[in-house]
Amino acid sequence: MSSNSTSLKELFLNGIIKENTIFKLALSLCPSIAVTNNLKNGIFMGLAVLFVQTMVNITISLMRKVIQPKVRLPIFMLVISGWVTITQMMMAAFVPDVYAKVGLYIALIVAFASILARAEMFASKNSIMPSMADGLGMGVGFLFALTAISFFRELVGKGTLTLPTGLATQHVFTFVNTKPLLIMVLPAGGFLAVGILMAAFNWLDTKYMKKASHGTH
Amino acid sequence: MGNEFIKLFELIISASLINNFVFTRFLGLCIFFGVSKKMETAVGMSITFTSVMMISAAASWVIFTKVLVPLEITFLEIIVFIGIIAGLVQASDTIMKKISPGLYYKLGIYLALISTNCIILAVPLINAGEKYTFIQSLAFGLGSGLGFSLALIIMASIREKLELAEVPVPFRGLPMAFVVTGLIALAFTGFSGLITL
Repeated sequence: MSSNSTSLKELFLNGIIKENTIFKLALSLCPSIAVTNNLKNGIFMGLAVLFVQTMVNITISLMRKVIQPKVRLPIFMLVISGWVTITQMMMAAFVPDVYAKVGLYIALIVAFASILARAEMFASKNSIMPSMADGLGMGVGFLFALTAISFFRELVGKGTLTLPTGLATQHVFTFVNTKPLLIMVLPAGGFLAVGILMAAFNWLDTKYMKKASHGTH
Repeated sequence: MGNEFIKLFELIISASLINNFVFTRFLGLCIFFGVSKKMETAVGMSITFTSVMMISAAASWVIFTKVLVPLEITFLEIIVFIGIIAGLVQASDTIMKKISPGLYYKLGIYLALISTNCIILAVPLINAGEKYTFIQSLAFGLGSGLGFSLALIIMASIREKLELAEVPVPFRGLPMAFVVTGLIALAFTGFSGLITL
């Protein structure tokens, strides 16, 4: 993938559709199931990853000329864990109720293969603008996947949708008062939901995207 | 003393069955789906993972209580733990290559994968958060390792059979693996309430 021939927009879209972290690459799956039984948690987790991914890509891209290739992995890990610590502290300060539920998973963003992989494969070889577009795309793709999964799970499992209306406020929309398919908000349902959504994504992809990708090549 | 032993046993059972990392805490999923295609790789990964898990739980406990707590820099725990794990993995890689090339040939590849496994980072973080003692941390590490191994081996045996089944096209591969995991997780919820700690 050379940065000259691909535009920033394509880089951005690449992360959302073609290389969607969860549905396509099946990486960073832990939070996609752990925090997605509630739309609000899903959205905040997605935002945290979006932030970390973009900042890490920018930092690595800025540092790429001074990093010794032999020690690059430990340095990447340090950069990532630095940004994760910052995110963790910000979330603990601004959204304490979300942090109480997803705190452990925020810390574990450090071990996300996808973030390290983008730093290694993309940001360490490209200049700052493409790296930022790539980070944003990957992050938005992740946010999109988490939102889709948590939307599906909360709606089907509890019949409600919890939308954040601000940092500390939220609004719960209730669609049905009974709990239609309680299993979806239970741990086990997370796997089922991701499996079903992944299959749906595959199905859509084979049906529509094939034509589109033929067009661009 | 006997009472303490029972407590430790309970901790191991709870970490491996009731709060199984894969099925109830959803950690280590990337590795879980990545290496559960074949029984052989699943067993190799299980052995390597459980041993590294215990060593890293012990090392992180020592550094957390003897260095981070006295210096009051516990907010650096993520950076320090990931450093310990990366160092440990690198060290065991080198040592294994020198001492036992045969074993290295078999298990070396899993070693490299371990540093991207979230469980290995989650265990020290939980140990620190719950303020476990040294022995408890070790027990928790062992329990988590065993739980992960159990999950991997169950999954690998199912996926080997699944190869022969006729699965609808969009569900082939990972989506089906997810649905199967969901069903196993459902079975594992039966363990909840087995022991109340």
